[in-house]
This record gives sequence, C-alpha cells and structure tokens, in this order.
Amino acid sequence: MAIALHQRVRPAIVVPVLAVLSALPLFTQWIDEPFYLVLASRVLLFALAATSLNLLVGFGGMVSFGHAAFFGAGAYVVAIAAMEGVTSAWIAWPLAMGVSALAAAVIGAISLRTRGVYFIMITLAFAQMMFYVFVSLKAYGGEDGLSLPRRSVIGLGLDLKSDTTFYYVVLTVCAVVIALLWRLVNSRFGRVLQGIRENETRMEAVGFPVYRHKLVAFVVAGAVAGLAGALAANQNDMASPSMLHWNQSGMLLVMVILGGTGTFLGPALGATVMLLLEETLAEFTLHWQFVMGGILLAVVLLLPGGLATLLQRRRNDG
Amino acid sequence: MADLLQIRGLVKRFGGLAATDGVDLSVTADEIHALIGPNGAGKTTLIHQIAGSLRPDAGHIVFDGHDVTRLGMHTRVGAGLARSFQLVSLFRKLSVVDNLAFAVQARSGTSFRFWRAAADERALFDEARTLAREVDLADRVDARAGALAHGEQRRLEIGLALATRPRLLLLDEPLAGLGPEESDRMVTLISALRTRCTMLLVEHDMDAVFRLADRVSVLVSGRIIATGAPDQIRAHAEVRRAYLGDDALVDG
Repeated sequence: MAIALHQRVRPAIVVPVLAVLSALPLFTQWIDEPFYLVLASRVLLFALAATSLNLLVGFGGMVSFGHAAFFGAGAYVVAIAAMEGVTSAWIAWPLAMGVSALAAAVIGAISLRTRGVYFIMITLAFAQMMFYVFVSLKAYGGEDGLSLPRRSVIGLGLDLKSDTTFYYVVLTVCAVVIALLWRLVNSRFGRVLQGIRENETRMEAVGFPVYRHKLVAFVVAGAVAGLAGALAANQNDMASPSMLHWNQSGMLLVMVILGGTGTFLGPALGATVMLLLEETLAEFTLHWQFVMGGILLAVVLLLPGGLATLLQRRRNDG
Repeated sequence: MADLLQIRGLVKRFGGLAATDGVDLSVTADEIHALIGPNGAGKTTLIHQIAGSLRPDAGHIVFDGHDVTRLGMHTRVGAGLARSFQLVSLFRKLSVVDNLAFAVQARSGTSFRFWRAAADERALFDEARTLAREVDLADRVDARAGALAHGEQRRLEIGLALATRPRLLLLDEPLAGLGPEESDRMVTLISALRTRCTMLLVEHDMDAVFRLADRVSVLVSGRIIATGAPDQIRAHAEVRRAYLGDDALVDG
C-alpha cells in the first residue's frame, strides 16, 4: 500500500481525549491530588513542543537535534520580559514566539544547507551555543536561571497563579495550536514538506524551491516551540539554561520517536507516555532512566512506527 | 528556426578531469536532439549542468534567450526546462497519482498555503490522472510507485517531467534497463511527445536514437565532435572511429 499524505485525525480519538482533558481538573479535585493537574499541564506543553518538532522530523525529514534552543528561548523571553515589567501574556507570549522564530530563521538558514548527520550535528551545536550564552549571561541569572517575578497576566478574569486556570489556558493554547499544525500538515505546504521527506532531489526537479519550504517549516516549528517554552516558564515560575540543554533536545526527539514520527498525534502521545513514565518510575527507583531506556528500546525494536501504530493496529483488528 | 537552448564554451572539471571540456551545443525548437557518446564521455554531467544540479566552471547556458547558467534547478523548471533521471527518481512510497500531483502542484500557483487541505483540490488530482493516462499508467494510479515494474517506473519518470509542462525535456537514458517490448513502448511514447515539447535525448540504444532523432550530437571525452542529421552522423568518419566502432554500423 502506498502511504497516504493526508493525515486523518479521527474524531473517535480526539473527542474522548478532549473530553477527558476538559474534565481532568474535576477529577484531580475529587481525589484531592492537585499535583496531577500540574503534571498534566506539563504533559500538554511538551506535547505541543514535540508536535512542533515532528513537523520537522516526521513530515519534513529534518532531524533537528537542537529544538530545545527555541523552547528555552521562548522561556527566557517571558522571564526577561517579566523582569523588565512586561507581564501581559498578550505581549510576552507572541514576543516569545517571535524571538524563537527569529532564532530559528538564523539557525535554519545556515543548518539547512547541510543534510543528514551534518544537519543533526549543526543544529545540536547551535543549541549548545545558545545554552552557553544563557549560562554566561549573569544579568539573567547565569546557570541558576531566571525566576519569574510573577506569572503572565492574561486578563479576562483569569489568574494563572491558580493551577486549574493555568491548566485550562495551557489546554486551550495547545489544542488550538496543534489543530493549526494539523491544518498545515495537510495543506499544500505540508504536502510539499512530505514530498521533501520522501525525495528531496525529485521535489527540486519538479520545480519546488525546496530550501525555502524547509526554512519556513523550521521557523514555524521554532515559533511553536517558543510558545511551549513560554508556557513552561510560567509553569516552572522560571527559565533556566537546562531548558536549552541538549538533554532537552534529546528528550523531545525521544518523545517524537516513541510516539511515532510518521503520525500526526503520535508525538503528543509520546510526550504523555514519557512524562508519565518518568513520574511513576521515579517513585520506585532512583535509576528510573535505566528502566526508561529499556522501555524505549523495546518500543523502537518491536514497534518501529512508534506507539501510535499500536492504536492503528487495534483499529484494524477490530 | 530559433535555438531554444544554446550552450557555449561549457567547462566542468572534477579534479584534473575535464568531464565537460568546452561544449558548444544548440537545440532547435521542436526538434528531438539526441546526444550520444561512449561511456564516460560526460553525457550525464552535461545534463546535470543543463538541469541545474551541477554548476559549470565556465561557459554559458542560454535557455529561450535567457542566461540560466547561475539559476537553481527549480527556477529552471519553472522556466520550462525539465528532466528525467537516468536512475529513476520517484516518490517510491507514494501512489502514482500522488507522485504526479506533486508535479502539478509545483506548477499551479504558490505552495506557501497553510490552511486549505490539498487533498480537497480536485484540479490537482484530475490533472494528475490525465497525465497518468498520457504515460499509459491509467490503471495503476493507486499503486505504490516503488511497486511498479521497471518500465512503468520509467514512464512515471517521464510523466513527472511532463507535468511541469516543459518546453525543453531532458531525457537521460529513458530506455536504460528496458526489455525490447518496453523499449518499443517508450519510443512510441517519446515520439508522441514530439508535438508537445523539444527534447534533448541521451541514449545508448542506437536503434532508438536513429528512429527518434532529428539531429544527433556526438560527445567524446567532454567535447562535441560532430552534430548533424542521423544519416550524416552514421557516415561521419571521426564518429565511427571514436565511438561507434568499425563493426557497429554494419547492419545500420
């Protein structure tokens, strides 16, 4: 069978998931475990970051190992803006997206001239450069990071200090932006991206300006990662260099691969499974990363298409 | 008749080897111009430079009166200069119709559109199906390109180039690896395209070359040693010596 370019997102999956997510605060209140709501916010914003990375890895065939740079840049923009007295989310969050997009434009313009393992290495190198820049910026906290004097202000009677409100805001932002990315993947632009993944030379030879399309995708993905970073800064009440560290880039890649690169919602699933596993395993053992490594290995070996294929297979059997 | 493509003093060196060594060549509008030459003569290197995937070290490539020497491949395609690949280059995991729809999409308006689902653009797929018919793949539109037989893949390769509505089509060994029957089919197909575009045909199969070509140029060691009508080339002493070999023309 030929693979399909149009990514279907089945209402049978999306509607129940959104329903559960919407009702989640009621549940955590009922069992009196507010921490789970904080964890859920974290899962959501990482699902957003992983989905943006998947635009590059899964749909554009660009394995970027430096996506945390844009995530971290977004976080720092919010923290620095707050330090300078700009706390409105309506200004700080778009600004975070803008700065991350700009960083992505510069890094992408250079990195996208290379391919394959060179591309992996050069994106990693750029991200590490940004990491060291923030480590050495004493004015912005250096290696201790920069704490947010207060969370972003949305107005409309919403106070992000409340975990429930914060959760709903994150849920709304993530749902809307992921939906937009889904439109993008299925648009003419997304189709070109997928063509580039399949055969870059051929795309050029039928007349597409391949480099320009890749760069635009890189910038879009960077901007969305910046937005996820802006949310993360609010969640953690700080921005820290570790958010730009290559570990973080690696985590995002693992989420994408764990969930399934070829599928649109796979990486969101990957982010969910990864963070929940991290949380549960850490309760049992200090060496949770060891167990996590084994699980990752099993998924990669047994389910090369990622966890998302599990759902697809079940659907086919049923 | 006007020259659609003019190549002047083209040079491409790889280290000490001049793969293209001062080539002058012109392709007249509406002709099928065959480029022949022994292995290693530099035919494919020349095609790469005309298509824009290799940059020459010196010389000029003028297409339809415009110097395209420094333009990128996709810009040349937009101007009407398309190619087929010697080693078939397809979207192997995708269906035939999706393959062709890409090429149609490249030509029909900007692809920096981010909202509307491309799968809803009927026009793309209608035209892709028409193209599939034209290259004899109408009953294979939903097959995976990688699963097609070699001859079918070659025809899809031509279809991808045709979809860009070329004015000059560069065909790099379209018969390579085809059996006699498939070869015949391909020659018929190329012949039928005569009315649609000018062609520069690189081919080893001399029967096909002499059946199709209006003019033939002979490339040896990076230089054009002769250009002329097929009969002139057959009779050309230097060509016989340098390329065709003494026994090659006995049955010609």
